[in-house]
Amino acid sequence: MAHSAGADSLSELQEGSRTILDHYQSQVRTRRIYTVVSIVVFLIILGASLDFANSANSGKFFERLPYFFDFMKSFVPDSPLEIFRAMFDLPSPFSDGSIKYDYTSDRVWITDSFYIPNFFYQLAITLNIAIVSTILGASGAFLLCFFASTNLVGAGVTRWVVRRIMEIMRAFPEIVVAGLLAAILSIGPISAIIAVWVHTVGALGKLFFEVVENADMKPDEGLRAAGAGWLERVRFAILPQVLPNFVSYTLLRTEINVRASTIIGAVGGGGIGEVFSLSIGRDHAAKTYAIIILLLITVICVDQFSAWLRRRLIGKQSLEFGQGAA
Amino acid sequence: MSSVPTINAAERERLLSAYPDVFHRSFMQRWGLLLISAAVFVYLAFCFAFFNVIPTFVNGNWDRAAIYVQDWYSWRAQPRLRFQNDQVVPQWTSRRQYPEGADINWLKPNADSSRYTVTFGSAGNRMEVTPSRVDVYIDGKLYPVTITRDRASLPSDAPAQMEQDDNKVNVYYGFAGQAEIRTNQVYVQRRFLGWANFFFDTHSPFWGRSLPEVVGLMFSGERLDPNQSNASLALDNFLNNASWQHGDILSKLMQTLVMAFVGTLFGTLVAFPLAFIAARNITRSRAANWGTKRLFDFLRSIDMLIWALFFTRAFGPGPLPGIAAIFFTDTGALGKVYAEALENIDDKQREGVRSVGAAPVAVQRYGVIPQVLPVFISQSLYFWESNTRSATVIGAVGAGGIGLKLLESMKTNSDWDKVAYMVLLILLVVFAFDNLSNALRSRVMGKKGH
Repeated sequence: MAHSAGADSLSELQEGSRTILDHYQSQVRTRRIYTVVSIVVFLIILGASLDFANSANSGKFFERLPYFFDFMKSFVPDSPLEIFRAMFDLPSPFSDGSIKYDYTSDRVWITDSFYIPNFFYQLAITLNIAIVSTILGASGAFLLCFFASTNLVGAGVTRWVVRRIMEIMRAFPEIVVAGLLAAILSIGPISAIIAVWVHTVGALGKLFFEVVENADMKPDEGLRAAGAGWLERVRFAILPQVLPNFVSYTLLRTEINVRASTIIGAVGGGGIGEVFSLSIGRDHAAKTYAIIILLLITVICVDQFSAWLRRRLIGKQSLEFGQGAA
Repeated sequence: MSSVPTINAAERERLLSAYPDVFHRSFMQRWGLLLISAAVFVYLAFCFAFFNVIPTFVNGNWDRAAIYVQDWYSWRAQPRLRFQNDQVVPQWTSRRQYPEGADINWLKPNADSSRYTVTFGSAGNRMEVTPSRVDVYIDGKLYPVTITRDRASLPSDAPAQMEQDDNKVNVYYGFAGQAEIRTNQVYVQRRFLGWANFFFDTHSPFWGRSLPEVVGLMFSGERLDPNQSNASLALDNFLNNASWQHGDILSKLMQTLVMAFVGTLFGTLVAFPLAFIAARNITRSRAANWGTKRLFDFLRSIDMLIWALFFTRAFGPGPLPGIAAIFFTDTGALGKVYAEALENIDDKQREGVRSVGAAPVAVQRYGVIPQVLPVFISQSLYFWESNTRSATVIGAVGAGGIGLKLLESMKTNSDWDKVAYMVLLILLVVFAFDNLSNALRSRVMGKKGH
């Protein structure tokens, strides 16, 4: 049957098989129609979105595109060495008295004769913002997560309230927290720390309580049988199981928070983000490239270090989760 | 003590040799946690000093904080009652909460406007303002403030709610408001719960009407404007509300959503074919694998902020730089995740398709895609969801959308009610899109997602 031509083989089919074939083909046709319709709808939405974005922008895409390459050309430093002079606050031969080339004035003097280049100092501030807010955020999430998990808390009300608190903490725009605090505490790193901290508690809390909910409950049963209290059950049955995952998630968060504190810096939270948005806004090519290189190196180092630590802590499993959990 | 179990020396020896890992733990196992905790504590203490936490908090404008937070859920009317030729003339700040000549029940003139009565909440808390004297009533008790040419002076028995500040007198009525009595004017701040003129501004014919009245007018009743129906007039007045700018805010919110949607979609579309090149088991060229993977690393490790600032300089502020920034970073991030998913596939299905003599493209289509597609879609949905949040933040550096609007409103330091409104909108949208993406993801993965 398989060797004969298609039409012949169909005619050889029995009545029952024919019905099945017809049914199959009609289903394929319906499915194809659905696919085409959804693709068309999708394209319409995409087209409308693009048109809306283009008309809402201050410059239109195709009008601005040639200027994009002009801008790229204007963003070439006078000499490649200039990038390193800007990075280490060394005097520049191009200096014309303007702040564009006056790198030496940015030096951060530790003693009368010893200085730290400004960008390194700003980078240190940003990194410290990220690390402090991660530590504080992980502590907050750690305290909250046990109250949000079904297997440890019987009261639905507690769980509901804690989960909603976490949701609001992670969905609340960071710049609003930073902005409100900046208005009260004056602009600086503390408002950035608190803003990133709030978001971290919400984001880590969710990941943490999911880990707790997936924990094996047999040790818990054993402790409960021996008459242990809630705190003891959490400490001796749950904690040893979940701690490696907690640490791993916290390390992932550190990477994300390094970026977050840079962004908060750019909207007035201090640190390298602020210097960066200033230098790109003022067309300082060498300074901008110096900061980009520094940020790139930092992000790669933090990523590699935390990936290495995670691998050591919980093995290959650590590479599987978390990518989308920003 | 019979309840304490005891063991003899031989038994102890046996246990010690049988479980050495329990009794002879390494130095790090024994003290590691304590050492790490101590190090973290020392580090936090260092940062506490480094960031000047205490001076910053001490110097913080905490009295301002209370006002800002009150501004989130309430509004202030701020008339200045100026003294001109023995008359009291009210003057309003630029944000007009009342139309010209409105009859305001807490601010009433007498017949020749030589005296204005300002009520703060109840009849007992009020102020009778005349050019030469302000009678301040607190809980029904009278405290007259006399005004001379160069000084407004407090009565001798004044309570704590009133204070002399140089040559002016401040009166505080708590939440209801406060007043500043100067020699030439009284500056009144009167606070009310809720958001003033949230639906219609004072120029709208719907201003001051109750909700049932507005709804009634919209669907029946005469046309207020002969050119259009009442329903469309109401919508128009609502969107173009001068003080709340609903139309503008909603369009900015739409921009944020479009940025996340288009950026993630383009990222997905570009990362999809590139991931096939980057996967070692699909493309048998080390150079191609390596090149694509480094491209992904480059796109991903340059922060979304840097791309956003870069594209803002090129295309000008608006959603285009936002889309481009999300597109670039997502291509890198999604490409990496996709390539990893491709490298983890089960090879048997491909072999099966190849064994019946299928062409290379068909091998990928029927042997690979069905395995990885759920993972791909699920990851893209994840990114879409988280980009809805990120788009708000990068918007603040000029990449368009509601982020920029938020930053502008915060910088004025007086539009905190608008900030609250936008935050509510963002929270609603983020929750809605989280749930939408969760629902889609669990359908794609065929089980309950989280």
